[in-house]
Amino acid sequence: MIGIKELRRSFGPIVAVDGVSFDVEKGQVLGFLGPNGAGKSTVMRMLACFIRPDSGTATVCGYDILKNPIEVRKSIGYLAENVPAYNDMTVGGLLNFICDARAIRGNSRKKALDRIVPMCAIESVYHQSIDTLSKGYRRRVGLAGALIHDPQVLILDEPTDGLDPNQKHEVRALIGKMAKEKCIVVSTHILEEVEAICDRTVIIARGKILVDSTPEKLRQQYNCSLDEVFRKITKGKAA
Amino acid sequence: MNGFKAVFKRELKSYFTTPIAYVFLVVFLFFAGYLTFKNGFFEIRQADMRAFFTNMPLLFAFLVPAAAMRLWAEERKSGSIELLFTLPITVTQAVLGKFFAAWVFLAIALGLTFPMVITVYFLGQPDTGLILTGYLGSILMAGGFLAVGCFFSALSKNQVISFVLSVVACAALVFAGLPTTMEYLSTFLPAGLVSAVESLSMETHFESIQRGMLELKDISYFVLLIAGWVTANAVILEERRAS
Repeated sequence: MIGIKELRRSFGPIVAVDGVSFDVEKGQVLGFLGPNGAGKSTVMRMLACFIRPDSGTATVCGYDILKNPIEVRKSIGYLAENVPAYNDMTVGGLLNFICDARAIRGNSRKKALDRIVPMCAIESVYHQSIDTLSKGYRRRVGLAGALIHDPQVLILDEPTDGLDPNQKHEVRALIGKMAKEKCIVVSTHILEEVEAICDRTVIIARGKILVDSTPEKLRQQYNCSLDEVFRKITKGKAA
Repeated sequence: MNGFKAVFKRELKSYFTTPIAYVFLVVFLFFAGYLTFKNGFFEIRQADMRAFFTNMPLLFAFLVPAAAMRLWAEERKSGSIELLFTLPITVTQAVLGKFFAAWVFLAIALGLTFPMVITVYFLGQPDTGLILTGYLGSILMAGGFLAVGCFFSALSKNQVISFVLSVVACAALVFAGLPTTMEYLSTFLPAGLVSAVESLSMETHFESIQRGMLELKDISYFVLLIAGWVTANAVILEERRAS
């Protein structure tokens, strides 16, 4: 459902993403790993059509990110790393704005809200304004916004960052539950998370893909924990 | 269309959920009234609103940039632009949505000056046509300043910078048409260029609409001014949204 071909993007002299290609199929949960500044967020932002690649392209659900960005955005749910939101709005106001933009109206809006609000456990803050929320609630509101239209493709940039252990567990369970019918890309620094929910891992550093494998294969291959595998791969090759 | 409506609705609401709208309205209405009476509204002994509309160019040159400065600068500073442009909303829809929301807000502000209208009708028999064209000119001028303000708001992440730049640009548009400027320019510029500067200025066109002359050249001046700055806004945003 996602096909990435030779994506490349630089910011001034810094090459953030340098020829990244991979495919993700329906039913897969891809763990997107890499040290800070590896280019994970840039790849995800390009997939969500927020920034344009310098060269290369990608397709999401058959739509090209360069030729048909609006259709791409319709079919994905994207949670950005720092959870952008309008701070002066209430949670309910923000979700209604997203519904407006995604043309979810009337009864289907009510259904969508009734489904998503308990799912992300944000009933208690529904009427609160966004700037009063804690980090964890803010992220859950972001997640609700990304899931509200029940998208085929989910792109989540560090979805569990800032959540407490219980919430982390819930979000992972949520991702696990959706995994079968959707195509999910999750970036994270937490390696236990990869083991818990991902059936495939792509490790990138300095804008290049170093490894494309499954967590189990990696462990067998290197014969150590995923933590050590990550260190060996990113330090060894980047140096 | 959904994108336009969603942005428009959110933006117009956000004026009123934050104190911006109320501060703006109070200051605008106070000065609109104060300047009118200071200009000798009663001394003229005429039931018309000239004394009121004459202040609009200067008042708007300062206040419209204040209403416009947050439109894009805040969006980029807080990062919410990433939410906006990962929803199925095009740059054009977002730019127009924000522009029209702010324009409607300014129209509301102008609409709230209705006590002036009541006053002149109470005092005599004013020319209704003149009042209507006065308001039309004011709203077009507000749109022109707003388009300038939107552009500078997209130019910088910093609201203060975008405010200062747009006040300068708006003031230039006003002052270009004032007699003192014209006189000064005519000391070293050929007459053709001076009249070119004059016809670029907002003051000249606003003045003639306000006098009740609805001419194509004045209307098209405002339409072109707005269209041009709004297009520039979209272009600059496309260029800079991610940086």
